[in-house]
Amino acid sequence: MIWLTWRQFRTQAAVMFAAVAALAATLAVTGPQLADLYRAAGSGLVDQVSSSDQTLYYTGLLVVLAVPAAIGMFWGAPLVCRELETGTHYLAWNQGITRTRWLATKLGLGAAASMTAAGLAALAVSWWSSPIDRAVNGGAATDTYFPRLDPVVFAARGVVPMAHAAFAFVLGVALGLVIRRTLAAMATTLVVYATVQLAVPMWVRPHLIAPDQTTVPITAGIPINIQEGAKQIVAHPEVPGAWETSQQTLNAAGRPAPVPSSFAECLHTESGLPTAQQIDGCIADLGAQGYQQQVTYQPAGNFWALQWAETALYLGPALALAGFCAWWIRHRVT
Amino acid sequence: MSAVLRAQALGKKYKQRWALQNCDLDVPAGRVVGLVGPNGAGKSTLLKLVSGMLTPTTGTIEVCGGRPAEDMEQLAKVGFVAQDTPTYSALSIADHLDFGKRLNPNWDGELARDRIRRLGLDPKQRAGKLSGGQRAQLALTLGIAKRPELLVLDEPVAALDPLARREFMQDLMEAVAEHELSVVLSSHLVSDVERTCDYVIVLVDSRVQVAGDIDDLVACHHRLTGPRRAPDTLPAGQHVITASHTDRQTTLLVRTDTAVHDPSWTVSPLDLEDIVLAYMTRPANAVRDTRPALEVLR
Repeated sequence: MIWLTWRQFRTQAAVMFAAVAALAATLAVTGPQLADLYRAAGSGLVDQVSSSDQTLYYTGLLVVLAVPAAIGMFWGAPLVCRELETGTHYLAWNQGITRTRWLATKLGLGAAASMTAAGLAALAVSWWSSPIDRAVNGGAATDTYFPRLDPVVFAARGVVPMAHAAFAFVLGVALGLVIRRTLAAMATTLVVYATVQLAVPMWVRPHLIAPDQTTVPITAGIPINIQEGAKQIVAHPEVPGAWETSQQTLNAAGRPAPVPSSFAECLHTESGLPTAQQIDGCIADLGAQGYQQQVTYQPAGNFWALQWAETALYLGPALALAGFCAWWIRHRVT
Repeated sequence: MSAVLRAQALGKKYKQRWALQNCDLDVPAGRVVGLVGPNGAGKSTLLKLVSGMLTPTTGTIEVCGGRPAEDMEQLAKVGFVAQDTPTYSALSIADHLDFGKRLNPNWDGELARDRIRRLGLDPKQRAGKLSGGQRAQLALTLGIAKRPELLVLDEPVAALDPLARREFMQDLMEAVAEHELSVVLSSHLVSDVERTCDYVIVLVDSRVQVAGDIDDLVACHHRLTGPRRAPDTLPAGQHVITASHTDRQTTLLVRTDTAVHDPSWTVSPLDLEDIVLAYMTRPANAVRDTRPALEVLR
């Protein structure tokens, strides 16, 4: 059975692993000089990264984010679905092995290959990017690179890509089993996986590990963003490598309160934008009224705890989906 | 003789529609069974139940003494060649044989290679490049070489031209004779069945209309022709399958276990096709409310 699974799977596997190998080779060539640069420049590295390395930083990021999605679509969805479509499951299920074992072998090997591919890609990219990540965590002032905890980067570092790949793979298999049309199953897999990948950082990941909180006094000159017609403000405390997950304005009594309307009135101009001095003045006024900004964030030190928690968060549903596939194939497939 | 296939009140329902209902069968081992019926009658459903691809909604089915596809031992006993004879188009013929060898405990590799050689197929050729007839032969080879007790074939020749059809059937019969297989095969053509089978099951509109040994069926069905009269005046024991009337004449197709003595009838024999067509064309409502169970067993 392992032989048959491998025989059917090897082309797809070769394409994926060739792509991962190409990426890893490119990274291996340029990685050492980036590490040297960090040794020489420390956090100042962020201003000295060459433009080709900057491109590579984003390419690596995108590849690691895309690998699980591609695995779900191209490995997972067709795995059983194509057999159902072409009727070859009748051939496979009439040999001397039960269909449960047939499915278990396919799922087991597929999931292992998925985790290996995603793991290797993540390992290569994490290693290559580590000088930049360390520089950012070390307090480098940059808008170009993200802290490792930032939702953009988090899913492309460490161990979570493996869990994402396993989940995407089994999700694809399950959807293929239920939908029974390969193309539709591939498209649905992509949509569902992308939705999960957006929902988790927005609503789930901030709560996986207890976050830290800090209260920032509102004074002129601190970095503050004014949003939604001055009804909301966002402060950025100086915590290197942190991921800010929520913001709350507190009044003089230390209670959560909306930004007072006097702030919007203060910023109001007859035409055009308020001047920098005017904004500073208004912020100082707001601070003088006793308002403060409470920021909830995950500190850089929570990175690995969050990584493992999210790995478990994805592997659980992946196992549940595998169980669902086993049930479905025995009771619902005609 | 032990039964190779036994079904009691077997039924299968897809969502709202019954594909097979109230099916009772008792097929002895060593027979070549033809399952005939129009398209959509439930032939594929019955064969998938026999091979364990489907689980029944109602009733029980026992194949070679066990529940179909229950475990590896049971899987080894039954070979199934599905409709349109699916094969892995990306794999070569040799790959298919390799795959059969690895997955079947009783695999007869020599038999498989021998058959492929005799068919003049190149083992290196991909299954996707084969013609319909060649693919059917490959699927049959896989089915036979696993050395099952029962071989189930769903419309194996439907996609073949008349010549390939005949060759395939001949080939199948040789294999059956050689390896003492029981076979159940479906077809919507009576002629395929008449040539190759010794037992027939007629399935119409999800119900078994008649099942039995072909010789017995032919022996106990007669065409009665005589002056016009109502069919219900027949003696007990003579069951009318179809009746047609002209102004003066009545023609009946009857099933009876005893000889017809009424001198007003001209009794003429029927061939299998006549019998099958009679069961297929009789009004569906004639059987819908009564259990068909017109089984002929001796």
